[in-house]
Order: sequence, then structure tokens, then C-alpha cells
Amino acid sequence: MNDLHIAVPRGALLADTLDLLDRLGIETREVRENDRKLLFEGAGIITMRPSDVPTYVEAGAADRGITGKDVLLEHSEREVYELVDLGFGECTMVLATVAGEDRAAEALRRLGVMRIATKYPRIAARHFLQTGRQAEIVEVKGSVELAPLTGLVEGIVDLTATGTTLRENGLVVREEIVRCTARLIANPVAHKLKAEAIDRLLERLGAV
Amino acid sequence: MLDRIPSGTRDVLPDEMHELRAMTDRIRDVFERAGYGEVYTPALEYESTLASGWTGLTTPAYRVFDEQGNVLVLRTDMTIPIARLVSNRYQHADPPLRFCYFAHAYRGVRPQRGQSRELLQAGVELIGSPTPDGTAEALTVMCAALDAAGLENYRVGVGDASLYPGLLAMMGVGEEARERILQALVKGDFVGVERELETTGVSGDDAELLLRVPTIRGGPEVLAELSGALDEAATGMRAIHALLEPRVAERLIFDLGLVRSLGYYTGAVFQVYDPAHGVPIGSGGRYDELLGQFGRPLPAVGFALNVERLHIALTGEERGRAPRGRR
Repeated sequence: MNDLHIAVPRGALLADTLDLLDRLGIETREVRENDRKLLFEGAGIITMRPSDVPTYVEAGAADRGITGKDVLLEHSEREVYELVDLGFGECTMVLATVAGEDRAAEALRRLGVMRIATKYPRIAARHFLQTGRQAEIVEVKGSVELAPLTGLVEGIVDLTATGTTLRENGLVVREEIVRCTARLIANPVAHKLKAEAIDRLLERLGAV
Repeated sequence: MLDRIPSGTRDVLPDEMHELRAMTDRIRDVFERAGYGEVYTPALEYESTLASGWTGLTTPAYRVFDEQGNVLVLRTDMTIPIARLVSNRYQHADPPLRFCYFAHAYRGVRPQRGQSRELLQAGVELIGSPTPDGTAEALTVMCAALDAAGLENYRVGVGDASLYPGLLAMMGVGEEARERILQALVKGDFVGVERELETTGVSGDDAELLLRVPTIRGGPEVLAELSGALDEAATGMRAIHALLEPRVAERLIFDLGLVRSLGYYTGAVFQVYDPAHGVPIGSGGRYDELLGQFGRPLPAVGFALNVERLHIALTGEERGRAPRGRR
């Protein structure tokens, strides 16, 4: 069994993450061949939703993990070390509204508050607080793009890589909030007790 | 209809209490044999009395009014109340003074495993004994307490709270930027430290050094490999190491990146780790300026073990030793 356990995000970051692990000499064939299995003891890989990665790493159930900066910003209370900006998985957290006249701006001006749908309630709330605007945050779990089209909200805060999904739904980006890339994180205790193994990994990453 | 208890608190039933009590009894025995007398102070103190010592994460979470309208707070640790106690009750006593405690502290933390809002701490304060002797004594007592508790695989991270701020100041980083960089470092956000250095305009060798320092951690050999300003900054850590018995010294991880969020630390800082638990189970350090704020300027050092986390780590180690056990 591998001495270190790494939490690997399924979803958009998975392919780049596995390519990176290959380059680091971590065996990923079994993960690529099997998208139902979650725990790969031999390779020391645990696969999970990206938003669960900080939870596992904070508790020490995984020594280190890879996840997006968006997840780390949304779960900023998780006590994990953020070691390296891995550079891949680049996307942007944006405020978007239906094309044409900006209904969010209009709501803010005339009604004093804009309603914003998002899967990132904390990033959104922080952004509007910092920019001095009142917003009612509506947390949704599924396709956020639907919310402004149906009149549930005036705008959305969401992550976009190419902007295609937004365009296809007739939405335009009004503001860029923060750029996000994949990060290597580590459990603070593992960072001290397994220093050698973690430093070796960083060295291979060319980050030290 | 069941009545709830406040978030982050919990009941302790006889099985658990029995184990906790056995553990704290063994620890108390170590403290008392080392000459540390047990004290207890009020859980409630006047906010105005203690406010001077509180900074950062230890800002009190619970406040109440008494019948005269005074603001009272639930203590967030025992170090500050004991600093107050020393200036109140030991005005003329000759140092060093040695106290131990087994007491609850109250913090507004996010409740989760090993993270209670009412947490039991077992600790000592050694007042009037400067570094390196006092620091070495505190580390020795701490390791003896952990041994007595039954923990086998623990390690103690030792850093210096003044090291990184000192380097930043030496490189001419302004106070505001220093605060932001330290904040990123306390959070373990190495990417953030790099960004802040770029924004601040620190570059070249200075930036390289400031990024490398927090990753320097390991046995005494890391102290031997230092050079220049860093070598000088590590003098204190070397002096402490030289005073320790081998059974204590071998537990240490010298960690140049160890920065504690408690504002009152001035020199050596410690943190206790165990592979069976993902979060530190105890911490401490030197607070040479704190007593002065209460009117009796004396150098001091102390540590507190989180009894609940210690118990989690102990059961984790036991499980690890069991045949066919995982991890």
C-alpha cells in the first residue's frame, strides 16, 4: 500500500489530474479503466467530488489532494495547506445575466437588491459585500443557467471555462470575480510528519 | 420532544469519562512531580481585564452581562487568566513560578471531530524562566505528559514566532504587507504567500528565501544546514535543542515555517502532531511580553494539550496496533 493517500477530483479536473499523476510516476491505469470504483489502495488514490477534497484532506483521511481554487475559496474555513498552483483547469468565476439590458443592475437600482443564483453562495456573498452591493443569494444545486431564464433571479455567479454554456443560454458575462486553477493541497499534520514524501512530490512537480 | 444542547458542545457519558479521567490523572501526576501546582480560575472574566491579551483567533466568542451591566467573557484559554492571576496573587513571589491546569476554554470554532466549542485543556505555565532553559523544561514536561498519557508516535514541531516576521522586516517589507503575508502563512496558503510577495515587489534572492523558509522542517540536521541571516535566526532553536535529553530531542521537528495565530507568542512555538489524528493535539510557546501587560513583567512559556484530541489520537494508535487493523 502506498504510504501517501491523494484525493483526486472526479469531473472536469480528472483527466488533467491523472495526466499529472502519470508524469509524477503514480500509477493511474486502474483509475482510468474503472469509473465506479472510488478507492485505489495500490496507487494510494481516492476519487471523489471536487468539493469533498478539502474535507478529506483537512481530516487527514487523505494526506494531500487536488482541487480547484473555486472549491478552496468556497470552503475557506477548511484548514488545509495550499502548496502549489498547478496551472491547469483554468476557469473564471463570473457574474452573468441575460443578454441585453442588465437586469441585475436594474433590480439593484430600482429595488435595492438583486437576486443571484449560484452554487458558490459564499464566494458570491463575499464579492457583493466587497463591492458594496446588496444581493439575495439563491443557492441552487443543478444547472444555474436556468435560474435567470425563468425569472427566479436576475443574475448568476458561476464558474466558466470557455463561456459556451453561458452563450448557449443567452447569458453574458458582466463581471469577472476571480480566476481559478487546480491547486495541490495537503493536510497540515501530514505536511510535517511526512515532510520527505511531500517534498519529493513537490520536487518532481518542479515547484521547489 | 428532546432538548438540544448548544452547537459544538456535548455530553460525556461514563465509558468515555472513565478513559478521560484515567488519562488526565496520569498527566496531572507528571505535572505535579515536575513541581507544577494545579490552579483553577473563573471561567468568566471581565472583558476589560483580559482584552489586552487577546488577539487574532482567540477573540472571545461568548459574552454575557452581569447584574451591573459589566461585560463578562468566557475564557478562550488559560494562559491569559494565569497571567492575570500571577500579577494579582503573586506580586512578590520569587520566580520561577510553576502552575498547571485542567480546565475548559470556550471558542467559537466550527464544530467537528476534535473541535469543540467547550474544550478541555491540560497544560502548564512556567513563569519567570527565560529561554533556553525555560523552553527546554516546558518541552520536557510536555513530552513526559504525552508519554504518561500513553501516546507513542507523537512528534513535536518547534518553530520561532519571531523568525519569519524578522526576515520580512529585515528585507524592508512594510507593516501592512507583512501582516498579509503572515496571514497567508498562518493559513498554510503557500500560493498566497507567493502572490503577496509578487504584489509587494519582493523579488530575486529575497523572494526565493521567503518562499523556501516555510518549507524547511525536519530533524536537527536542518538547523545545521542554514546560512546567513537564517543561521542567526535559528540560534534560539539550537540553544533549546542542546539542552534536551535524547528522548525529548528525538521527538522534535524543527519547523521554520511554524507561525502561530495567537498574537502573544514572542519566541519558540510548539505544536504536537500524531499520525493517528489529522489535526494538532496540543500547542504552546513563549510569551515573554504578556505578563508585563498585567503589571508583572516576566518571561514565560507554556503549553496546552487538547484532552479530547489526545483521546482521539490514543484510540487511533490503539486501533493501528491491533492485528489486521487498517492504518
